[in-house]
Amino acid sequence: MSFVKEFAKGLWKELPPFRLVLGLCPTLAVTKSAADGLGMGAAVIFVLVLSNAIISMVRKIIPKKVRIACFIVIAASLVVAVELLMQAYAYPLYQSLGIFVPLIVVNCIILGRAEAFASKNPVHLSIADGLGMGIGFTMSLTFLGALREVFGAGKLFGATVFGPDFKPFTFMVEAPGAFVCLGLILGAMNYLAIWQSKRKGLPEPSLAASCGGCRACSIGESKQIMQEG
Amino acid sequence: MNYFEMLIAAIFVNNIILAQYLGCCPFVGCSKDRGVAIGMGAAVTFVASMATAFTWLMQKYVLNPFGLGYLQTLVFILVIASLVQFVEMFLKKMVPPLYKSLGIFLPLITTNCAVLGLAILAQRNEFGLGVSVFYAFSAALGFTLALFLMAGIRERLVISRVPKSMQGTSIGLVMAGLMSLTFFAFQGMIG
Repeated sequence: MSFVKEFAKGLWKELPPFRLVLGLCPTLAVTKSAADGLGMGAAVIFVLVLSNAIISMVRKIIPKKVRIACFIVIAASLVVAVELLMQAYAYPLYQSLGIFVPLIVVNCIILGRAEAFASKNPVHLSIADGLGMGIGFTMSLTFLGALREVFGAGKLFGATVFGPDFKPFTFMVEAPGAFVCLGLILGAMNYLAIWQSKRKGLPEPSLAASCGGCRACSIGESKQIMQEG
Repeated sequence: MNYFEMLIAAIFVNNIILAQYLGCCPFVGCSKDRGVAIGMGAAVTFVASMATAFTWLMQKYVLNPFGLGYLQTLVFILVIASLVQFVEMFLKKMVPPLYKSLGIFLPLITTNCAVLGLAILAQRNEFGLGVSVFYAFSAALGFTLALFLMAGIRERLVISRVPKSMQGTSIGLVMAGLMSLTFFAFQGMIG
């Protein structure tokens, strides 16, 4: 039961980029087309599930002080594996994702889940968490990619959507469109969450926090890390 | 390309955040106060320049001679992590005033994709050592500029009436989009 619960939370309630605001860089950068988003998502699922599983297995033997370094080493080894696999079997995708494949290692989603979940929970739950979060991330990236591709290039997965008279809205595939689209989607998600809890008579939910408590960004947390270490 | 052109291109034309989407997390997370933005920017500039120099040497004298190019990601992130750790210890002991102002940002920087991203980009562009460091330095200045501008806008946003569901990160990203549109105007200025 709890396996299903941990899996399902990543799909909607804690959707990584839109609800937790985790992993913004790849979300913005590789969503020029739906296919790129899907490919990036697949790579992240691979790394996230395995890193969650491995970290959860060794969580009792990692000393608390150097845990972040250990997480990074584990994630980096998996990213190297992904890079090699992509070079072998999906070279065009590897080229179009460019620098963002090696950058999976510093994606807050990996370290964030390691710190918040895998280092405290047993292996099967961590795998469920990684799988759910990874699939949620892939869905979001594909959705954003599809949105930008449809309006920005008039295509979806490379197939033409609109008639020949369609003038592409180039803004959407360029950098500004990425920021604005993501901002508006976050707003819509917040709106939905507020509306839902109003209907059920619950207290107002907290809005999508910046970076979902990934320690890498909040000053207060980092002070704490410094005092610990 | 001479150094001046490179500086302008890295700060305005190919701004690391607004055109290349690197370092978006601190851009959203650490841009609530102008002082914090400057501190973060200075720390990133310092670490990114040093990290690019070290990773360049690592690539040239360790990875390439032994044919270990595929371990680039793993080695670079380890170099950056230990460098950050070392810089922190060094500043704490030797330059306490600097440590006081930059210290709290240093642990955040290991997982900043701008630092790793610049180190890898410098390799992919096949720059020499000096050019790599200068490139990282100027791109990090661009990072600081974007962060500072964003913090300035956000300080105003606090007192403006934003619809409830758009508050916080959401409106921040839309503002970033508008800023990025402004920077887009520099496109084509330098080849």
